[in-house]
Amino acid sequence: MRTPIAYFLLLAGLLFAMGTVGVLVNRNALRIFMSVELQLNAVNLTLVAFARMHNDLTGQVLAFFSMVVAAAEVVVGLAIIVSIYRRRRSVDVDDIREMRW
Amino acid sequence: MPLDNVVFWVFAPISIAAAIGMLVMRNVVHAALFLVVNFGCIAVMYLLLDAPFLFAVQIVVYAGAIMVLFLFVIMLLGVDRSDVRTERLFLQRPLAVVLAVAFFVEVAMAIRAGVGFSTLAPEGFEALQPTGNAQAVAEVLFRDYFFPFEVTSILLIVAAIATMVLAQRKVRAITQAELTGTAEAEAAS
Repeated sequence: MRTPIAYFLLLAGLLFAMGTVGVLVNRNALRIFMSVELQLNAVNLTLVAFARMHNDLTGQVLAFFSMVVAAAEVVVGLAIIVSIYRRRRSVDVDDIREMRW
Repeated sequence: MPLDNVVFWVFAPISIAAAIGMLVMRNVVHAALFLVVNFGCIAVMYLLLDAPFLFAVQIVVYAGAIMVLFLFVIMLLGVDRSDVRTERLFLQRPLAVVLAVAFFVEVAMAIRAGVGFSTLAPEGFEALQPTGNAQAVAEVLFRDYFFPFEVTSILLIVAAIATMVLAQRKVRAITQAELTGTAEAEAAS
């Protein structure tokens, strides 16, 4: 493999930064959620790149675990968004004020 | 130019463009579809990094299952509702972009200091896995990380039960009159 490992890490950092922009800028809960998914994927890419760099499969196993946890997180998060939408007819995070003190 | 370099320089710009498309698309469905493209490009990156098992998992779980779930929920909630584009916080968007750029510069400097921009991956990764990547990952997973694996199964069961509880239609919806009523009460107080 002739591509330097740092290129993959830089790509992952760029994708993570874009996900951060998405989380900070959007107010639609679904868009925020998709940006969080982008960030999770960037971190997974970092894990796999480091696994290749150190010739160690543990990084790939950790990325696998991270995918499983992300799947569970998506299921619960989307269920929460749907139940909020049922109550309020909106998924704008500025409207959700019940838990703000 | 070696082949994997070509593949990287083809798919990295596509994935960045897809991420930008996800951020700027007004329609949420289009944003989700751009995210699918981005996940596919990341899967190709896994292939370049000698992780064919994770390549398959990425395609099946992320680009397949998770994004179908996303699109399903977007369709359920309705797509024609356009997002409010006005800023409610002063300078929120420029500040977010500036902070993200600063974050990326910091990450780049950390990579330069810790890894080095020209460090190539060491040889001998194939020799670690004589019977293939999937079997090697399975050996590590079921030998060294068996307990976390079992805990993950509990996590998935809890998530499934939580989804069933959350998706039950039990709570009464707030009526429009109550919404305006509380808004007036807040304005009065």
